[in-house]
Amino acid sequence: MNQGELNHLLGIKGLTASQIHTIFDTADNFLNLLQAPVKKTPALRDITIANLFFENSTRTRVSFELAEKRLGADIINFSSSSSSVKKGETLIDTVNNILSMKVDMIVMRHPAPGACMFLAKNVKSQIINAGDGTHEHPTQALLDAFSIKNRLGSLEGKKVVIVGDIKHSRVALSNIYSLQLLGAEVMVCGPATLIPKYINQLGVKVSHNLDEALAWCDVANMLRIQLERQDQRFFPSLNEYTNLYGLNMNRLNKLDKEICIMHPGPINRGVEISSEVADSNQSIILQQVENGVAVRMAVLFLLAQHKL
Amino acid sequence: MINEPKILLNSTKANLIIRRFALQIIENHKDYQNTAVIGLQPRGVLLAKSIHNELLKLGANVLYGEVDHTFFRDDIGRGGFHIPKPSNVNFSTENKNIIIVDDVLFTGRSVRAAIDAIMSFGRPNCVELMVLVDRRFQRELPIKPDYTGVTIDSRNTNDFVKVEWENNNDVQVWLLEDKK
Repeated sequence: MNQGELNHLLGIKGLTASQIHTIFDTADNFLNLLQAPVKKTPALRDITIANLFFENSTRTRVSFELAEKRLGADIINFSSSSSSVKKGETLIDTVNNILSMKVDMIVMRHPAPGACMFLAKNVKSQIINAGDGTHEHPTQALLDAFSIKNRLGSLEGKKVVIVGDIKHSRVALSNIYSLQLLGAEVMVCGPATLIPKYINQLGVKVSHNLDEALAWCDVANMLRIQLERQDQRFFPSLNEYTNLYGLNMNRLNKLDKEICIMHPGPINRGVEISSEVADSNQSIILQQVENGVAVRMAVLFLLAQHKL
Repeated sequence: MINEPKILLNSTKANLIIRRFALQIIENHKDYQNTAVIGLQPRGVLLAKSIHNELLKLGANVLYGEVDHTFFRDDIGRGGFHIPKPSNVNFSTENKNIIIVDDVLFTGRSVRAAIDAIMSFGRPNCVELMVLVDRRFQRELPIKPDYTGVTIDSRNTNDFVKVEWENNNDVQVWLLEDKK
């Protein structure tokens, strides 16, 4: 097992497979703890964590908050909509003001790619990236890989297709890095306008045909169509997107195998995935949410030891 | 610098102690239906399994579990790198008579953390402590074993007690004394 001096979790890029396995082993134990009658540990009782959300979030924020509370940490919640950021305060000033109140760790979501890296270089605190623009969302990728491992036993040699808006998706990028590190093969699938031009450099397969991609894969991760990032029109209509890239029962029934269906949430039901598929036995969407708390507890617990 | 290892318990003596532990549990826990032996990860587990096997041979069908105390340690973030081992308690500890089993009792901090870990599975009726080796002068917390295999009086914190299991079955205990 690799014991480095990991102080921040800024992205999956830079992590090793061994570090990810350590996170998974720890998360397995937290998952057990979360089944026990008392779901708390006092492990981080002397740690204060600030959750800085400069962008909307429900799932990730609640998941981090619950993970922190289960670990006994003190927490501060901050959202840009109700703060002095609106009055023109810079990111470093905002964060340094919060840190002067003796905060040990910062969990941050920010619309600017690289914001967490910038913060890590400029403030004295441990930073955990909860999504920075279109760059990375490491804890989502970790919980996705962890959920596949729990469902299929391992990631080695598994074929995973990520479907949808790859261009604007931090989840896709972090997933590509983590899945490849753990030995899975990755394909991205979507309209050409939503696939980044240089995606081949990441060593992934590309398909523009969902039926072909589904026939190839063991796992399909359906991404949300991010209407808030569609500043240009990337496809003619939502209806057309659903017809070509929406996952429904007809498509699944055509396969001669069962595949595992994932979605990072929030779901646009009837757009990228039909309700019937989202609620089917092949879907592990709710397990992803449950695993998310355990994986985030593991990340916080291991980072608090300043060694991973 | 370490002196020549000194044997504290050979496997014959250790097996006698394991048998004695099983008999003591039956004697003290008359209603052993409500008793659970819980091995403390990582090194108390093999001892707990041996004691549990001995109990089963004697017809005492007590519950068995394994608990890891890592999440309840008091030194997270104070140096060291602690990765948890699995806990395996497939029953509620509510109203049970629990016997925590560990190989060596040193500062008492692991046992303190283990008691907290056990409490997360329910509120036990009572918790007892069973150890193969008690380093009685090294305690940092007010913790005392209820069942002891052998007691050693070493006052040097650098002395080391080595518990060696062969084929997960036979155990020998060595004392490695620091020359200073």
